[in-house]
Amino acid sequence: MSFLAVRDLRVAFGGPDDRNMAVDGVSFSIAEGEAYGLVGESGCGKSTILRAISGLNAAWHGDIVLEGTALDARRTLAQYRRTQMVFQDPYASLHPRHTVDAILSEPLAIHGLDDAHGRVDRALDQVGLGREFRFRYPHQLSGGQRQRIAIARAMILEPRLVLLDEPTSALGVSIQSEVLNVLTDLRRANGLTYLLVSHDLGVVAHMCERVGVMRQGRLVLETDAAAIRAGAVTDPYTRRFIDASAGYDRAMALRWDALEEEGAG
Amino acid sequence: MQRAWFAWLRLLRNPLAATGLAIVVALVAVAIFAPWIAPQDPFAQDLAQRLRPPSTAHWFGTDQVGRDLFSRVVHGSRITLFIVALVAVIVAPLGLAIGTIAGYAGGMVDTALMRLTDIFLAFPGLILALAFVAALGPGLVNAVIAIALTQWPGFARLARAETLVIRSSDYIAASRIQGASAARIVLRHVVPMCMPSVIVRTSLSMAGVILTAAGLGFLGLGAQPPSPEWGAMLSSGRRFLIDYWWMPTFPGLAIMSVSLAFNLLGDGLRDALDPRSE
Amino acid sequence: MEPILEVRDLHVRFATPRGEVHAVRGVGFGVGREKVGIVGESGSGKSMTGRAILRITPRGCRTSAARIALGAENLLAASERRMREIRGRRVSMILQDPRFSLNPVMRVGDQVAESYLVHHRASKREARERALDMFSQVRIREPRRVYDLYPHEVSGGMGQRIMIAMMLIPEPAILIADEPTSALDVTVRTQVLAILDDLVTRRGLGLLFISHDLNLVSTFCDRVLVMYAGRIVEECLAADLENARHPYTRGLLESMPRLDAPRERLPVLKRDPAWLE
Repeated sequence: MSFLAVRDLRVAFGGPDDRNMAVDGVSFSIAEGEAYGLVGESGCGKSTILRAISGLNAAWHGDIVLEGTALDARRTLAQYRRTQMVFQDPYASLHPRHTVDAILSEPLAIHGLDDAHGRVDRALDQVGLGREFRFRYPHQLSGGQRQRIAIARAMILEPRLVLLDEPTSALGVSIQSEVLNVLTDLRRANGLTYLLVSHDLGVVAHMCERVGVMRQGRLVLETDAAAIRAGAVTDPYTRRFIDASAGYDRAMALRWDALEEEGAG
Repeated sequence: MQRAWFAWLRLLRNPLAATGLAIVVALVAVAIFAPWIAPQDPFAQDLAQRLRPPSTAHWFGTDQVGRDLFSRVVHGSRITLFIVALVAVIVAPLGLAIGTIAGYAGGMVDTALMRLTDIFLAFPGLILALAFVAALGPGLVNAVIAIALTQWPGFARLARAETLVIRSSDYIAASRIQGASAARIVLRHVVPMCMPSVIVRTSLSMAGVILTAAGLGFLGLGAQPPSPEWGAMLSSGRRFLIDYWWMPTFPGLAIMSVSLAFNLLGDGLRDALDPRSE
Repeated sequence: MEPILEVRDLHVRFATPRGEVHAVRGVGFGVGREKVGIVGESGSGKSMTGRAILRITPRGCRTSAARIALGAENLLAASERRMREIRGRRVSMILQDPRFSLNPVMRVGDQVAESYLVHHRASKREARERALDMFSQVRIREPRRVYDLYPHEVSGGMGQRIMIAMMLIPEPAILIADEPTSALDVTVRTQVLAILDDLVTRRGLGLLFISHDLNLVSTFCDRVLVMYAGRIVEECLAADLENARHPYTRGLLESMPRLDAPRERLPVLKRDPAWLE
């Protein structure tokens, strides 16, 4: 039995007149302890899927089954605790007027967990930050440090499934590697299951065992990361995405133009 | 704390804001120490000394029954401060609560609360205050209630607009998926973010509150004679403006300088509390 | 190669409440009829360098240089008025998100036509023809339809093509592109880059391409300058970037997740204070 199963998920935006299917019948499943990556270009619906699974967006149809329990639009406190999320922009995801201590203690207060002091210290340790960060404000931290705090906040509730929404796309390359390592280590230490969303094929292939490629609200391909790395995919869109991610290639650009002329003519 | 300290320094560096702050501080000091500052009893009549021009004995002159105008203006500051403080204490939390609840809840709650504020905003403040005082009867406390009723919708609108922006931010989303209740999010996340603009708005509104209070006093609907309320003093001095200019002038100057001070302070606070200025 | 743009010993300093920041510390390079990439992390001073050349640094910045020259003309001595002419005609700049650079209430075609009218005496009809011509040059397939659109109605990739069309109308000698494709999807990015590539090859334009993406710069540009903390720490042919020698460049290259070389953990860049010397 799969750990997380998403079946025929549909999310629509807009009114009855200009209905736009942001997610249009997506199904996939993730085994326990696995890291699954959803990759695609902006507006393909990958973040919308995360918001539906996390419970942030209640207007979805289909089935989301976590550990054998079908999730509703409304969640219980225990369900919230099992699924946590790390957001893209660490400058927007931390409350600007709360200290690190307040940010990390709040989920503990909501869930009535004891030993807040020890838990906050351990959470900071886990993300490689010292205890001296406890009483700092977000504006006193760098982008990478903020994202570590955001990760610590997600981990402090000891979730089973962690949703990662472009966790490094707001960071520079050298900071990205540090944050990705923190996520890799935490997953291994705690046996976590990850659902990672990114537009960066390199990041997804590095972090995940299996990859789903999305385009215009649909999952166009599901494969393992090894197949992506080996270039062993036949789906033309995915092929194009992989080639473009590798960098600029003039011959490739000309080939696409020729294809588009054909298509248009 | 460091943030507050920087805001404070920025406020003091702005000369207009510092002037405003100095006048407001002076108002508070005068109100506290009024009995020691005022040379005479503000109610003591001395018909032999009536309608005297400003002199060393009576700095602001005397009125038609020989009361010392300086003492009356000094004691009037207590009434003004009472009005300002009471209105602020009623209006800011009320407006903040209604605005943040409407903004965060959305839907029917938002529509109902906002239509209510629209109704209040549809009438000019002074007219609405007049209507309330007419219904409640004249008097200082009733004037305060009436002014508060006219002021809260502005605060509610402001708080709602801020809440709509804050609500869609990622740190609120993070709280929601931790399972935080709506009450917790509004109290702990939304309200602190609304505070700077509410503080600024409070200071700026106080200028209007002072003018409305003086207006009610002037029309005989606020503080009642012989209370040394500035608006009432202005009103009773009005008949003597041509021959005894000092009678309406000094209370008028007091009203003007204090409401100007609150405006300057509010503008300065807006600049000082703006996070973009860091 | 004869440089079109030459910069020597460029410094940019700006004041903050916590003291002066020396953002660019003695940068020098030349750009000929080629694609030169400046690559670095945020805060490395790469954008400031591009802006300092055009004298469009934010207020409070002080720029000094031994030489900034465009062809034979010394830009350090140019008057503000002359700089305005240069900014329009000789050096153009493309920024990250085209939607912020276009006027939201004006049809995109009219904006391009207007930039033609600013630089040339021509009738409105001629300007329109010229704008449509530019649109087809940047491979907009239906120029007439796109001409009448408003900025919010075009996609990011289309917006960037429109910006490029607008910047090319005065036929500049140098194009400074600051992260021109960072807001675009990768598949769109390739096509926008192909347009820039053609312009350099066919028109003999010099391109200064500012980006944080090493991989992109190494595959797109001819030469690469790597900036760190306001300095150029490495300068090499783009094809040789793989063999870069400076530990900073090496560290950046190694810390990138790569499709061809999977690793359990990524090497982390260790910054050495000695690089600042």
